[in-house]
Amino acid sequence: MEQQASENYRPTKNPCRLCTPFGACVAFNGVAGCAPYIHGSQGCATYIRRYLIGHFREPVDIACSSFGESTTIFGGKENFDTGISNVIDGYAPKMVGICSTCLSETIGDDVSQFIYEYNKNNNTAPLPYLVNVSTPSYCGTHSDGFHKANRAIVKTLAIETMKHRGINIFPGMLSPADLRYLKEIMNDFCLPAMLLSDYSDSFDGQTWDKYEKNIEFGTEIKDIEKAGGAKASIEFSTTVDDESSAAGYLTETFDVPAHTMPMPLSVTSTDKFFELVSSLSENPIPQKHLSERGRLIDAYVDGHKYVFEKRAVIYGDEDMVIGLACFLAEIGIIPALCATGGQGGKLQESLEKLLPEMISQITVQEDTDFIDINDCARSLEPDIIIGNSNGYKLKRQLDIPLVRIGLPIHDRIGASRILHVGYRGAQQLYDRIVNAFIEIQQEDSPVGYTHI
Amino acid sequence: METILKGRRQQVVKKDGKDINIACEKQSLAGSVSQRACVFCGSRVVLYPIADALHLVHGPAGCAAYTWDIRGALSNGPQLHRMSFSTDLREKDVIFGGEKKLYAALNELIDRYQPKAAFVYSTCIIGVIGDDVDAICKRVSKEKKIPVLPVHSEGFKGTKKDGYKAACEAMWKLVGTGNTSGISKFSINIMGDFNIAGETWMIKEYYEKMGVEVVASITGDGRVDDLRRSHGAALNVVQCSGSIIHLARRMKEKYGIPFIHVSYFGIEDMSKALYEVADYFKDETVSNNTRELIQSEVNAILPKLNWYRQKLNGKKACVYTGGAFKAFSLIRSLRMLGVQTVVVGSQTGSPEDYQMLGEITDEGTIIVDDTNPMELAKFVQEKDADLLIGGVKERPIAYKLGLGFCDHNHERKIPLAGYEGMVNFAKEVYTSTCSPVWKLVPRRKHLYEQQVETNCSGSCHECESTCDIKTQCSGAA
Ligand code: SF4
Ligand code: SF4
Repeated sequence: MEQQASENYRPTKNPCRLCTPFGACVAFNGVAGCAPYIHGSQGCATYIRRYLIGHFREPVDIACSSFGESTTIFGGKENFDTGISNVIDGYAPKMVGICSTCLSETIGDDVSQFIYEYNKNNNTAPLPYLVNVSTPSYCGTHSDGFHKANRAIVKTLAIETMKHRGINIFPGMLSPADLRYLKEIMNDFCLPAMLLSDYSDSFDGQTWDKYEKNIEFGTEIKDIEKAGGAKASIEFSTTVDDESSAAGYLTETFDVPAHTMPMPLSVTSTDKFFELVSSLSENPIPQKHLSERGRLIDAYVDGHKYVFEKRAVIYGDEDMVIGLACFLAEIGIIPALCATGGQGGKLQESLEKLLPEMISQITVQEDTDFIDINDCARSLEPDIIIGNSNGYKLKRQLDIPLVRIGLPIHDRIGASRILHVGYRGAQQLYDRIVNAFIEIQQEDSPVGYTHI
Repeated sequence: METILKGRRQQVVKKDGKDINIACEKQSLAGSVSQRACVFCGSRVVLYPIADALHLVHGPAGCAAYTWDIRGALSNGPQLHRMSFSTDLREKDVIFGGEKKLYAALNELIDRYQPKAAFVYSTCIIGVIGDDVDAICKRVSKEKKIPVLPVHSEGFKGTKKDGYKAACEAMWKLVGTGNTSGISKFSINIMGDFNIAGETWMIKEYYEKMGVEVVASITGDGRVDDLRRSHGAALNVVQCSGSIIHLARRMKEKYGIPFIHVSYFGIEDMSKALYEVADYFKDETVSNNTRELIQSEVNAILPKLNWYRQKLNGKKACVYTGGAFKAFSLIRSLRMLGVQTVVVGSQTGSPEDYQMLGEITDEGTIIVDDTNPMELAKFVQEKDADLLIGGVKERPIAYKLGLGFCDHNHERKIPLAGYEGMVNFAKEVYTSTCSPVWKLVPRRKHLYEQQVETNCSGSCHECESTCDIKTQCSGAA
């Protein structure tokens, strides 16, 4: 069996994913008063910060146990204790979000035990919540880390509480603009919603009067505590596994019904989302959103000829790819290659279910990398690439447009402002895609038409 | 809440007299948000520009993902260094070992990309799971007939500096394996320049104009074959001493090649570097060429610099670099532009470096080792700096507080070395510190209020958006 695995084995060349603690740190950054903490070596923390800064262009503080040689031999307990104490001194957090790394997992550090002892030995002062998630990168990707961290947060914070009419939303790794939009929608429905995790302000903030310990923004802990009393949870993911799902945890423990659905990037899936929210809130869909939907359809009509039967290469996190594929199918673009570095193994199955008529025209690559994506893409003769910045090399080789969405976007400004979900997200993306095609038509024309 | 954690107080000093007593060369304090990376990062930085070698990161995919094409190091030929290769170990490999995968990965990648050599970087977990990386490298090397060089860069085994050393050790295995015939007696290796945005090319051109042959550039726009014959050079010219000095020492011990320290940043240091190289060769033609070159280059840029100086005079800067050596040059260059350095620090400076920093900075300058965002922010506010020079990790600190920022790290895309580079540097500093956007940033607004006040008619757009003293204006034009 071992032998066989190594026969299929291929090294990863230009990865299409990031590591698990990365996702966990994103999640932790979206809880108000939470200081993210990596139990492992300094390098991982710094790389992850560096990468997040490149995408969001905002300060990202992630503390770390800074393992040295002796830590690795004798275990990380001492560094953990010092590290946590220093984070508490430095940031006065309400919660410390602790994730492990490949190294601390490999040497077998038992972080839950460390936390237990830390709480016991420091019981004189009120301590912040210490939330722990195990994120060795040799299992899974940043998406998994993100989901697992959300689950760990809910698991540690949610308590037995009165039932209330609010809901929980686990939207997945979206942009700050998406998160704001979701909050606006909930507001319009007069439906209290606990959105986890909400890094819209920590990763897309204003300039400061003095240097802030950038941890105060995000989902309020008191709201997370009440998650178990919610009327329902909505989770935008069809690929998250049961052990990693925060909504799943709330169902298991507090009987909160979970509605899982694809990331709503298309009209069809956004309709479902709005209908669901409407029924949960017992309020009709506000006219504002219906009008937005109407204008979107109108735009679809205006631009349909430019996009019909074009072929797209798309890649990224599984859930984003699924949402995007549905959107493209809806406007007549064939998502000829749907690729992900994710290892959940549910992309093919989800696409078969959601796009039965189109699936025969779709190549699916899972647990893939950019060299394989590029090799395959070339043979598919695509017209457009939609995904994060890492598709740029392919764009250059094929000389076709790249429409940037998702994460990472490290070669453009404004990643935080890209909308993906809902009618508004579809509108933005639609305009960008159509305009990309129009631009080609214009540029390629020998006379350079000025009216198209 | 404390801005300077207790465990770090010895790592911050304010210059007061000459002696700088600062704690440095320590493992980062657990729980502080260090700006440092790891041993692996150090090795990867140094070897990264070797463009015709395969760089395989042995470990989980993350470490490799974060270092994929992030640097500005250019090559005029192969681009292999800009790819990210990883053995991508999974859970079961952590238990059973990753040797098989390493072997398979090397085979596949060498066949596909035909590199001149391969570097295999060990990441943290390799130091724990006990793979015999050396043995695999040796085996593949024999089978594929190219050097396959292990880089012992397990992240936790020290600091970035140890990574530099590990990289030098790996390169050392190549040095002395090539043919040195035909090398001029006026020849050097450029060491410690990484060809960020083409800097090595500029420097190389200067040397060539002087009549000095560059045997190998280590590692900017680097090639395996050049490294192999680099022991044929008469002199090693070492920049960014921390990263590459170990290799220069090795070459001195074994081949008797002397080395000198230089810096290519700023007019002063750049010219000094060229003069020192010329002096070493004691040749009249070379000396004359050098003098002419420097004169013409300096004359060409002085008017431009003077223009910038007028704009920048009186501004204050905070400089935070990886190695301390670069900070010296930056302080001098800034001074030339009329900018005073009020905070300076590095990730990996040595006691001698800090002593030197103490000597060239003004009284009251804050000097820090291995700082973190909170401290850095405190210092720039305390000193009311206008500009922060650092890497992308420091950028948000500057921008959030309304300071200009200049990227002086390996990730930048603009050449800042050499004479042309000095103009670019001045331009960078100018473009950032003199932008009108700061007028709108609340924390920095006060700096401009004076101006608004004197010109204030009370009805202009400026008043609407920025003027706090609007109430005092009559409102009549
Ligand atoms: S795992 Fe080790 S080698 Fe990799 S980034 Fe982290 S500290 Fe560096
Ligand atoms: S060691 Fe693991 S956690 Fe650290 S950077 Fe590498 S993959 Fe990520």
